[in-house]
Amino acid sequence: MIPVLLIVVPLLAGLISFNLKDASAKGWTLFASLVTLGITLIAVALPEGSKQLAVNAEWLTALNSRFSLNVDGLAKILCLLTALSFPIIFIATWNEQYKKARNFFGLMMLSQAGLIGVFLASDALLFYFFWELALIPVYFLASQWGGEKKVQATFKFFVYTFLGSLMMLVAIIFISQHTRDHSFSIASFYGLKGMISAHDQTWLFWLMFVAFAVKMPVFPFHTWQPDTYEQSTPAVTMVLSGIMVKMGLYGIMRWLAPVLPIGTYLWGDAVSTLCIIGIIYASLIALRQDDLKRLVAYSSIAHVGLMCMAIFATTESGIQGVMIQLFNHGINILGLWIVVYLIEKQFHTRKISELGGLAAKAPGLTLLLLIVTLGNIALPLTNGFIGEFLMFNGIYTSQSTTYNVVFMVTAAISIILAAMYMLNMVQRVFYGPVNALTEKAVDIRLNEKMVLGFIAVLIILIGIYPEPLFHLTKDAVESVLAKMYVKP
Amino acid sequence: MSKFIFLVPLFPLIGFLINGLFRKWIPKSLSGLIGSATVLASFVLSLLIFFEVKEENFHPVIISLFEFIHAGKLSIPFSFLVDPLSVLFLLIITGVGFLIHVYSTSYMHEENAAAYAKYFCYLNLFVFSMLLLVLGSNYVILFIGWEGVGLCSYLLIGYWFKNQEYSSAAKKAFVMNRIGDFGFLIAVFALINQFGTASFGEIFQHAPKATTGFITMVTLLLFVGATGKSAQIPLYTWLPDAMAGPTPVSALIHAATMVTAGIYMIARSHVLYDLAPVSQTVVAITGLATAILAASIAIKQNDIKKVLAYSTVSQLGYMFLGLGVGAYTGAVFHVMTHAFFKALLFLGAGSVIHAMGGEQDIRKMGALRKYLPITHITFLLACLAIAGVPPFSGFFSKDEILAAAYEKNPLYYIIGVAGAMMTAFYMFRLYATTFLGRFRGTADQEHHLHESPAPITFPLIVLAILAVLGGFLGIPEIFAKNAHLLGHFLQPVFAGRESGAAGHPVDVSTEWMLMGVSAGLVIIMVIFAWMRFSRKPELGEPAGFGKWLANKWYVDELYQTIIVRPLNAFADFLNKVVEKNIIDGMVNGAGRLVQYGSRQFRYLQSGQVGGYVLLMVLGIVILFVVQLFLRK
Amino acid sequence: MPINYYIFLSVALFCIGVAGVLTRRNAIIVFMCIELMLNAVNLLLVAFSKMHHLALAATDPNAGINGQLFVFFIMVVAAAEVSVGLAIIAMLYRNTHSVDINFLNRLKH
Repeated sequence: MIPVLLIVVPLLAGLISFNLKDASAKGWTLFASLVTLGITLIAVALPEGSKQLAVNAEWLTALNSRFSLNVDGLAKILCLLTALSFPIIFIATWNEQYKKARNFFGLMMLSQAGLIGVFLASDALLFYFFWELALIPVYFLASQWGGEKKVQATFKFFVYTFLGSLMMLVAIIFISQHTRDHSFSIASFYGLKGMISAHDQTWLFWLMFVAFAVKMPVFPFHTWQPDTYEQSTPAVTMVLSGIMVKMGLYGIMRWLAPVLPIGTYLWGDAVSTLCIIGIIYASLIALRQDDLKRLVAYSSIAHVGLMCMAIFATTESGIQGVMIQLFNHGINILGLWIVVYLIEKQFHTRKISELGGLAAKAPGLTLLLLIVTLGNIALPLTNGFIGEFLMFNGIYTSQSTTYNVVFMVTAAISIILAAMYMLNMVQRVFYGPVNALTEKAVDIRLNEKMVLGFIAVLIILIGIYPEPLFHLTKDAVESVLAKMYVKP
Repeated sequence: MSKFIFLVPLFPLIGFLINGLFRKWIPKSLSGLIGSATVLASFVLSLLIFFEVKEENFHPVIISLFEFIHAGKLSIPFSFLVDPLSVLFLLIITGVGFLIHVYSTSYMHEENAAAYAKYFCYLNLFVFSMLLLVLGSNYVILFIGWEGVGLCSYLLIGYWFKNQEYSSAAKKAFVMNRIGDFGFLIAVFALINQFGTASFGEIFQHAPKATTGFITMVTLLLFVGATGKSAQIPLYTWLPDAMAGPTPVSALIHAATMVTAGIYMIARSHVLYDLAPVSQTVVAITGLATAILAASIAIKQNDIKKVLAYSTVSQLGYMFLGLGVGAYTGAVFHVMTHAFFKALLFLGAGSVIHAMGGEQDIRKMGALRKYLPITHITFLLACLAIAGVPPFSGFFSKDEILAAAYEKNPLYYIIGVAGAMMTAFYMFRLYATTFLGRFRGTADQEHHLHESPAPITFPLIVLAILAVLGGFLGIPEIFAKNAHLLGHFLQPVFAGRESGAAGHPVDVSTEWMLMGVSAGLVIIMVIFAWMRFSRKPELGEPAGFGKWLANKWYVDELYQTIIVRPLNAFADFLNKVVEKNIIDGMVNGAGRLVQYGSRQFRYLQSGQVGGYVLLMVLGIVILFVVQLFLRK
Repeated sequence: MPINYYIFLSVALFCIGVAGVLTRRNAIIVFMCIELMLNAVNLLLVAFSKMHHLALAATDPNAGINGQLFVFFIMVVAAAEVSVGLAIIAMLYRNTHSVDINFLNRLKH
């Protein structure tokens, strides 16, 4: 029952919001997102395998596809991230005025429903359905509200992701035709066990990987991201990079690596190489960005590249690290976007070169940004460290590739580069003398301080005591790893 | 007692939280008090633990607090190791740390209340991180402290963040440290991969089973980490820039404690280094080269803090030399004595800067002996100690390292003594131009000259006593049997080591000779510098070779040219050319291709019905031909 | 009569229709040619239908009826098409005073 509620509550809330007055939509959706958060917390608290956490009903009988949802550790942590993010986003951008606000908030809730659906679906067709359901509201959100070039940027984003989705659909249909009972259920997908030849697994792997790679994004499928992030309105950017990015990683862990283990094993090195190029490439580009949003976007590409790589390392440590990092990265990047949003709102610019000296005028913002930055550069005792430590360790100890040391060492250069570009940004925006623009700066308001403070506390708490997250995902790690192909 | 070890880092953490969270509300006096009291509490507790550890029958204990990271078979507990080495460092950190906190209450008094509280909050966080570093019972906990002190160093160097240059120095320090950490992390992963654990005990136990190649690689990588943190070639350039921070910070972080983290780490990992002679040689040569290079630069610096900074780099080089030749006790001994006299020098310099109203250029000082008697005396004692004049503390510790170096390779000894002579020269150049001769500042400055208040002079006096007497903790065998208290105390950690500690590195007559030569040369150098600079304290513009030294061998410029600029140019190339034109160009090109194609196809859509029909018929004919004639 | 004759006749008719559509410029004549093509098909359908009926009448009295059904459909559709098409042509003539199809390339716009 709970999985259905998790999807239906935001869905209904979104539909209702379309019919509300513009003024009341904001409060309503905040309320609904908090309700969703409450349900998620219940779901997270329930033990794994509880009957309450699974739903299985008739859906498209003709196609042998069922409406089946299941909440396991991986789903839990991502639902928690999604459910936590939306209230945070709403509160952080509370003072923002939208035209046609009811549509805006309605679409936001619809996208939440789609996202949660993606994480819960345990039927491939249902998964695809939610995948698109999440995409479509975001398409409207990005193309209706945002900067000057929003239509152009959104079009690019849409074509990219839609192309990827179609390739995934082809692969899903092909695979389902090869399962024993010709169904789309995840159990049948997992039951394939070498029934698809290595040759077929190769092209199926790439079809699905491209779909997920576009979402993450992995080099060279990333060019939609900086443009879209730059043009979208802050709340949408937060959804896109905080949560939607995780869909790709989630997809690999749930629908790609365990379903096509041979393909994953054969092409792991190729993917890791792409990831490494992406990590270094994006870090270097971030070094020379003058636009705050683009800087954060490229930093995200680098971080996600590392996460993708760690999955392909096929080690317990690596996958555990990814699952933790899914949550941590979401929280950290949300914090960064909120800071960027607050700066842009106050000074109407995102140009690093035009800012400076904010620390003197806005100490609260500076402190909170500093903590988020430290999380982002994976300083020990922040959440980022736990994830990155495990991932690097996983890559180093990987048995599925002969280049594990080379991969790890090259990827680890990013910790130096990350420190460089993040601290560069901190220095040029927050330190130094105040200029004409930042002369009149004021510190952040209470709601903003609360949200950022909450994020900062999460960053440090998880950094010191990550045990609850380990506990939540431990079984999921084992179940993913058990289905992947490890060289004997 | 040692089961309460977790309280040692906890006290400063509490101080950090109070000062950090309530910095807007608590008054200045209280935040200073909280900052100092918490460190004092840790010091007292450390003392109690020290007395327990000192007992003959003490065995190292591991106090596990909670599970920190675990995935599969890998498990990294958050646990502390109590043994003589860590307790010695506890005492140095909390003891010197406390004195510097006291000093800071007065030194930082001109800051407003919130900034003042922020300062103590950072300082407490630093002490906390440093304690984690030395207490950690595995490489990961050590790494937490390792990066934590780097963060505090970053925050405190950039404490006066309005100055863009200062925040650049802070960033440089952090990034340089990160380069070192990169090596360190890889070493940690290699160790985990090999041994399945990160804790010291198990790794050292199983280390002999690993191949020498592996151990050499790991130790070299660890050493990369140490060069970052402890400012050795090639990553030393951040430390002189780090003098941008408040002077007590330079004393605590960039002289007494944080920069010795690399020495601690290598001393802790000495089991691994003993297995890798190649790494030992690399450590020794790097240390020696750094000692000489930094000393040569210090000769021509005119900023009082820069001289001390390069002297720190140089002394750290000696410690690494000690580690490299296997004199672990000697290196740790030098860490201790160096903490005393270098903290004293920095605090003395702070007192001078304070009196001079922020002036740091020694060319504008002079004759301060009259105005700052306590600072003068303590500074002089510290100079004698660092120069290695017997019987001050620096003599004993440096001698121990040099004797061990001689045993390994006489060349090390000769270069080391040359470095010691340079040390004596630049220290007394500094002393003479600052305190002797006549005053060369403005009349206004002269008018304001005064001895600093008690919170500043008290730490000076205490540290001066320690700097003078500290050496007697490690009296060499040839003076008195079994008088090397420190060596005896550290015996359980460095057990089985012949050289350094209590053993006989070389025979007695040779040792007397070595000691005599180095002490004699140093004393000659002291007298030479004293005579020269007290008579003619005006420092001319450097020319010729001196210009190279004054400009620090142009190393910063070299790094700028061969690393920073190419990296930026490459990043620009990626950003402007590859990203915009190649990758995005390919994507947009695909879109443009579709548009172009459809524009071409539009010409077929002429609107002439006849044309359409003709195409249709042709199509049908082609289909027929294919169907009937071409298919097999 | 062998089926071949019908086939040849209807192919001939169809080709005449195609040639007419392709070469003539008068819309009315193009229309007539289209009718010719449709009727060529009708002829073929009826011929085959009859052939099938003769062959299978013994077992299935309704054999081959489908073909004739189609013919009716085509006739109906053709009639409807003619009525619409002629109306369009009439309107065109009224507006442009021409029924020359080469002159009418408005579909392009």
